[in-house]
Amino acid sequence: MLQIISVLLENKPGALMRVTGLLSQRGYNIESLTVARTLDPEVSRMTISVEVEDALRQQVIKQMNKLINVLQATDLTDTPSVFRELLLVRIHTSQESRTAVLKEAEIFGGRVVDSSIGGFAIEVTGDPEKLNEFVDIMGSYGEIEVTRSGILAIGLEPKKLRLQPPVPTKAGKSEEVVQ
Amino acid sequence: MSTLLSGAKMLLECLAREGVDCMFGYPGGVTLPFYDCLYDHHIRHVLVRHEENAAFAAEGYARTTGKVGVCCATSGPGATNLTTGLMDAMMDSIPIVAITGQVSTKMIGSDAFQEADTFGITRSCTKHNYLVKRLEDLPQIVHEAFYVAASGRPGPVLVDIPKDVFQAQGHYQPVSTIHLPGYKVFTEGHTGQIRRAVQLIQKSERPLVYSGGGIVAAGAAQELRDFVELTGAPTVNTLMGLGALPSSHPCFISMPGMHGSYAANMAMSHADLLIALGVRFDDRVTGRLAAFAPHAKVIHVDIDPAEIGKIRTPEVPIVGDVKQVLGRINELLPHGNSESDGKLSPARLSWWDQIRAWKKEHPLEPVTSDSEIKPQHLMAEIDRLSNGEAIITADVGQHQMWAAQLVRFNEPRLWLNSGGLGAMGFGLPAALGAQFARPDKLVIAIVGDGGFQMSIPELATIASYGLPIKIVVMNNGYLGMVRQWQELFYNNRLSAVTLDCFPDAEKLAAAYGFKGKTIDKPWQLASALEEAVREPGPYLLNVRVSPLECVYPMVPAGGAISEMVLGPPQPVADAVK
Ligand SMILES: Cc1ncc(C[n+]2csc(CCOP(=O)(O)OP(=O)(O)O)c2C)c(N)n1
Ligand SMILES: [Mg+2]
Repeated sequence: MLQIISVLLENKPGALMRVTGLLSQRGYNIESLTVARTLDPEVSRMTISVEVEDALRQQVIKQMNKLINVLQATDLTDTPSVFRELLLVRIHTSQESRTAVLKEAEIFGGRVVDSSIGGFAIEVTGDPEKLNEFVDIMGSYGEIEVTRSGILAIGLEPKKLRLQPPVPTKAGKSEEVVQ
Repeated sequence: MSTLLSGAKMLLECLAREGVDCMFGYPGGVTLPFYDCLYDHHIRHVLVRHEENAAFAAEGYARTTGKVGVCCATSGPGATNLTTGLMDAMMDSIPIVAITGQVSTKMIGSDAFQEADTFGITRSCTKHNYLVKRLEDLPQIVHEAFYVAASGRPGPVLVDIPKDVFQAQGHYQPVSTIHLPGYKVFTEGHTGQIRRAVQLIQKSERPLVYSGGGIVAAGAAQELRDFVELTGAPTVNTLMGLGALPSSHPCFISMPGMHGSYAANMAMSHADLLIALGVRFDDRVTGRLAAFAPHAKVIHVDIDPAEIGKIRTPEVPIVGDVKQVLGRINELLPHGNSESDGKLSPARLSWWDQIRAWKKEHPLEPVTSDSEIKPQHLMAEIDRLSNGEAIITADVGQHQMWAAQLVRFNEPRLWLNSGGLGAMGFGLPAALGAQFARPDKLVIAIVGDGGFQMSIPELATIASYGLPIKIVVMNNGYLGMVRQWQELFYNNRLSAVTLDCFPDAEKLAAAYGFKGKTIDKPWQLASALEEAVREPGPYLLNVRVSPLECVYPMVPAGGAISEMVLGPPQPVADAVK
């Protein structure tokens, strides 16, 4: 089953690779992945949708939480949450179909972001199912090219984030170099 | 006012502050600045003969002392050569820090000479890894590396340092704290679960302690012993946990699993409660999962939350440091209940009777012969000499299993072997690291004729540092363990397992300037081993054993551990009788 995982991780080189590596080393195929900074520029939020056998879901989350750079990994699959995706489509359409295309875009809450004699570029957001339908409909009016952002998710119940405090090193305070 | 130091010097300063006194490595182009500073630094650098062995030696050091072992390699081939050792440390949760050189920051990504993506390559064989892009980050990263390697569930950490970072000059300021907000180290254990565990333990009629490498890593041998004595519970130690409870302890049964004893596996299969301490239900222990400990409730104590419920869902999960958790369990248990007090319940007494009966029925006994040296005989003689006190390293194969079955260990950190990865070539370099850590100790490396030939280069290291390691080659002329599987499961079609050329041990050792000998008669065994131990320097003893022996008991892959094959198949006529 498709699992939706939300990961808060330190915005550091390699952090992304550690998370995706965990999945790829188990042979899982990532369906989609989005990542961007949060309000705190040192922390990123990742949404992954990935096919994982049910029995192994918890193990995958635990392994992610073990990564040093991961602050919190949460399985949103079965918790109250909202999933959204952004889609951009460029449609090549005949003069006769233009109005129909615009009408359809309106029904889906889409926005025309470019218009030319040959057709339009349209932006739509929504849940992934709805976007699939939109793509099917647009395809019936002409040649299309589609790009999708992948799923973004947010849990609807607040989840407490427990961060670890600093720890002392063995370096001590003395500035005298031992050599 | 802070001191101006090069990156190389700064690294050494941080290592020294972490208490590093010895490291194992191999230099190269990009680590030249570092080796130049090592030249007159008090930290001892041991030049091994292959980087893989630098990692294994660092592990040997860490496994013996519990301290972080350190190894070092150059970029490209040096770093890739380290990976087997890193993976080994990962699988067995051994704290090591690996320092690798990298091409200069400006050259990274240009296919520069001896460039390899060490950071990417070692992602999955380290607990954590770093690429140091700026000198000012170096001290913090080095201290983080040591902290991560040693804390929680220990493991290997790699720090990749480009040449220009080694060369750059910067102001050194000691980094007295580090902050890893996402790195959780669980220690205490949940009080409610600990109470539940105590209740289950008291109610159980057939309890069994199943303890492993986690006890060794946590330094919890005393707590384990107290626990076992308070409860009088029979105990099995896994391959990684041998010595956690002394082999001589009356409550110790032996090792469970694929080549575990009959009594240990039967006890697992009949227990009503498994007290799993610092173990991970490895497939070599459990056999077919559906048939593993079918009557048992499980209390599972581990510091790694991902291990709890990974293989078997416990009735009582306890995430925590097994030393602290056992300490608290011990406090809650009623005292004065131990077997020696004669206060065990009738049910517990009959459980013990049953276990003793299993032990008697199929004991792990050394087989001997008048004409040839049986491998088990060799292990029994090593055991007699060691008397539970020597540091014994093993390589991987039949000899490793016989040693685990027959050599006793009265303390943790005496038995060093590659458990999770099963990496041939481990035994000899691990012994090297162990001997540096404990110059006072008798160190015996028990290796197969196959694994030994993977480690031959290190004879030079042993000779050049005059390490008095006793190398005992159990020479069966085969890649014995693979031959065994071919015999038992592939109609004895022996494919690519014959080792028909082995060097003359006496001449080989002599070529390196120390003593060696080959023996093949049982009456030579005791005196040859004694001679090896008496020799003040290194010694290579090549013991030709009967070639076609198989390790028993054996649980065939995918079988239930209660269904062990106890010995070679009987001739048909016998079976009919
Ligand atoms: C690096 C590596 N390669 C291959 C194996 C597979 N393997 C496991 S045991 C074994 C045979 C070891 O032979 P030897 O060292 O002679 O020991 P013996 O089993 O004869 O005691 C092999 C090839 C391994 N464990 N490690
Ligand atoms: Mg062999």
